[in-house]
Amino acid sequence: MGIVALLVGMMAYMSLHWASMPPSRIETIDPATLHIAGEFVEANLGSGVEPNGSVTVRVVGNRYSFTPQCLLVPTDTPVTFRATSADVVHGFNIAKTNVNVMLVPGYIATFKTKFKEPADLEMPCHEFCGVGHATMWAHVKVVDKAEFEKQAGGKRRVSCVK
Amino acid sequence: MLSNGSRRLILAHFWLAFAAFLLALVLGEWQMYIRSPLHDWISNPELYYRAVTAHGSAMAYVFPLLVAMGFGYAIAELALKQPLIGLRWAWASFGLVVLGTVTAMAPVSMGLASVLYTFYPPMIGNAFFYIGIVLVVVGSWIWVALMGINLNAWKKAHSGEPVPLPMFANVAGAYLWAWTSVGAAMEILFQILPVALGFKSTIDAGLARVFFSWTLHAIVYFWLMPTYIAFYVLVPRAIGGRLYSDAMARISFVLFLVFSMPIGMHHLFQDPQVGSGMKFMHAVFTAMVSVPTLLTIFTICASVEIAGRLRGGKGALGWIAALPWKNPMMLAVAFSFVMLGFGGAGGLINMSYQLDFVIHNTQWVTGHFHLIFGGAIVIMYFAIAYDLWPHLTGRALESVRLMRAQLWLWFIGMLVVTFPWHFVGILGMPRRMAYFDYSHPALAPQAIYVTVTFVGGLLLVASAVLFILVLVRGHLANRITLPEFRFSTPVHATTRVPVALNSFALWIALMIGLTVVNYGFPIAQLMALPQTSVPAVPSVVK
Repeated sequence: MGIVALLVGMMAYMSLHWASMPPSRIETIDPATLHIAGEFVEANLGSGVEPNGSVTVRVVGNRYSFTPQCLLVPTDTPVTFRATSADVVHGFNIAKTNVNVMLVPGYIATFKTKFKEPADLEMPCHEFCGVGHATMWAHVKVVDKAEFEKQAGGKRRVSCVK
Repeated sequence: MLSNGSRRLILAHFWLAFAAFLLALVLGEWQMYIRSPLHDWISNPELYYRAVTAHGSAMAYVFPLLVAMGFGYAIAELALKQPLIGLRWAWASFGLVVLGTVTAMAPVSMGLASVLYTFYPPMIGNAFFYIGIVLVVVGSWIWVALMGINLNAWKKAHSGEPVPLPMFANVAGAYLWAWTSVGAAMEILFQILPVALGFKSTIDAGLARVFFSWTLHAIVYFWLMPTYIAFYVLVPRAIGGRLYSDAMARISFVLFLVFSMPIGMHHLFQDPQVGSGMKFMHAVFTAMVSVPTLLTIFTICASVEIAGRLRGGKGALGWIAALPWKNPMMLAVAFSFVMLGFGGAGGLINMSYQLDFVIHNTQWVTGHFHLIFGGAIVIMYFAIAYDLWPHLTGRALESVRLMRAQLWLWFIGMLVVTFPWHFVGILGMPRRMAYFDYSHPALAPQAIYVTVTFVGGLLLVASAVLFILVLVRGHLANRITLPEFRFSTPVHATTRVPVALNSFALWIALMIGLTVVNYGFPIAQLMALPQTSVPAVPSVVK
């Protein structure tokens, strides 16, 4: 009985497995020089449109906020998050979506997803990062693809920070 | 019969365990109150995390360790029917656990190490917090050695005979713990302490998480050991049944030994420092570790059915009505199985990493492990204490109605606490928050669930107070002439068992081998990577 239940469970699991993967490649980065040079300098953070039409969102977590604090993403477009931490371990999930990432200083986390419909979503830090952990909430604004193109048009990086 | 020396030793372990438990429980309930809408935002959230650190360290390390140790000494003497070897060493080990607890909790209570029981480097707290935990673990290693020594002495005197099942399981638990604790020990000794003591200023946070994951999941199976031992060797006897299969029990325990460790990276599914191949490996092994639990559920249900039929139950389900429902052990095992069922189903969801995306590090996870540990496991700790108490005090334990009320309260309280946590977790509510902005439209609908969990917590506190009351009354009751302590008897007497199920060499080799395979590569890979150490961050800024 138990073994049958287990096998069924495993089959369901295997079939799901090929559909999507957790964060995969191991990439490292020095948190002490994040802000000076490379991919995570401030001017390069936020959403950028890639040549193939997909969107890459770069985020840095530090005690006790994310940069940028408001992420702008389009619907129906492949979105890749690339994120890291400038100090301690952080993480974030975006409520009502599958997006869930750990930020470990020294490493770059990636997560691929797609947003279905326009929404205003909350993005809390979900890993204990110090006494101010409970204040560390960012926001995600999912806008219609056309609206996103209008706002991003001509700009290298875009966010909804006002 | 327990000797007077062992009785004092075991009572010391149990009382310290339950004192730590009660204190930590009250802290937990305080945290639920603070972050609920019933209380304003806490002005100093550091106090909240101080309480979380104390709650976690006491509940995860001190309480289950002391229960397992005390129960282990009792089993060694009762099952092997020989005086406990190494009573002095046992007291030394107890002393180290006490010293370690005090050493660790002093900086925590002063607010110098609010880093939670899972440490979170590169955050670094006061060195004495980590030193205290090392002392607790070293103390427990003495217990592991004593369990092995007692078993081997018995084997020498009874060459060729099957080791009594309770002792076989107990020693499996001890060896499991020894190897489980190595991961966190390496993290503390080689990574955290050099920084906490000021010899180094950088630390590889990713590697530290890998080391800790080695301990973090297997420790749950160590918490589980006393509970599973009670399922097999106390429950059938207490409810008037027979153990359905002695061999199945042994297989379950050795499978835990083998599969508990090489699975811990399922805590790191969303982490960037482990590749997806390794994550898949660990997910598959996590599925494997459900086998001993499924075997156990089958065997114990069969054993309970035997009890029902022996008591005159007929038909497909009639035996259930015939069970001794007024017996606290019967009640405890039923509640434990219900919670294990829900908790286990939740665990399979956590294991399947696509599903884990939705709930990783949300309140779902808090709900999951409170249901498994606080629910399914701890409710059997209560039952173990009730079962052993007369043999420890020499006095009758008569408050059976109180015991039933206590178990009911714990069961209901635990469901009321953990079900809403699971639910808000799916909605995305994060863990480890000292306060929430309930005025925010996205969070406002979740407020009521947080209040409900606070009410559930009140039931748990009431239950724990009742539990202590029952035990104290046990010390004040009339002396009785004790019957001989018995463990369950299997349906078929255990006259011979295969060597593999009577010794541990093969299983320990598999345990170490599989851990080396599943952890060796990622650890070696991270150690070989340049530029992974990052500056340490003190938990307190002066």
